Amino acid sequence: MLKLYDAEVSSRLLLGTARYPSPAILAEAVKRSGTEIVTVSLRRETAGGRSGGAFFEMIRSLGVRVLPNTAGCHGVSEAVLTAKMARELFGTNWIKLEVIGNHDTLQPDVFGLVEAASILSADGFEVFPYTTDDLVVAEKLLEAGCGVLMPWCAPIGSAAGPLNPTALRSMRAHFPDIPLIVDAGIGRPSHATFVMELGFDAVLLNTAVAGAGDPVAMASAFAKAIESGHEAFGAGMLEPRDVAVPSTPIIGKAVFA
Amino acid sequence: MKLIVNGEHHDLIAPTLSELLTVMEYEGDWLATAVNGEIVHREDRADHALNDNDRIEILSPMQGG
Repeated sequence: MLKLYDAEVSSRLLLGTARYPSPAILAEAVKRSGTEIVTVSLRRETAGGRSGGAFFEMIRSLGVRVLPNTAGCHGVSEAVLTAKMARELFGTNWIKLEVIGNHDTLQPDVFGLVEAASILSADGFEVFPYTTDDLVVAEKLLEAGCGVLMPWCAPIGSAAGPLNPTALRSMRAHFPDIPLIVDAGIGRPSHATFVMELGFDAVLLNTAVAGAGDPVAMASAFAKAIESGHEAFGAGMLEPRDVAVPSTPIIGKAVFA
Repeated sequence: MKLIVNGEHHDLIAPTLSELLTVMEYEGDWLATAVNGEIVHREDRADHALNDNDRIEILSPMQGG
């Protein structure tokens, strides 16, 4: 089981709810992924409360936990206010904290992130910070009260996969007891397997599933890939070596010459 | 009175935040509100008086990653 603050979940896939071809495909992808946590957001309501309400009623019908985000926030005060409004709207202390620092890469503003995480943690939030793979920032986030870290492995929506495996490996080594979730940059199931084999606790996906030709099938593929990587990590993998090692024992081999 | 609601200028009569939601035909429980950068909780909307040039944000759930 994966423990995130006081919650225990068995699925190690967290799924975003944006960019699906239709609400029906989103609902089916959530079911097929086996996820127990989906991310949601909040935006200006223009249809008198009806459009957001309809969306959220559908999410509630799926029986999953929601992790609201502060996507699109570029400053501390904006992110903190959005988090407070999300708590009121969704009735949860969980917040996926995003403080964006760069328009092109959507790289987190890690200085603002630490400040906002500190404010929100003190206010009773359980913060899931979208951060980089920087160890010092990670330390500061833990000091700020975060009990989970969510480093990117590549820019949001890039599908580039793990760009810096060394940094991810280093995070795992430095924070053996902190839940680590790769958030952003995963493009295909093999990327997810790779980070799970490094010992990451979970993967948060959106575009890789929603943007696939068949999002429902891709949700299923990712679920298997993540489970596979996690099981392999626990099973203890061989380290690569430069010389061959015969897999068939040579003791007792017949000698014909 | 002149109010800025979700970034748009409006000229209407709404002495409180609750009345603004009624006048603008918002309905249901799936709304979160803020005035001038401060959250106004659901239970406080009826008592929250609005003034000229207040900036009101009305948010609801949507898809997110």
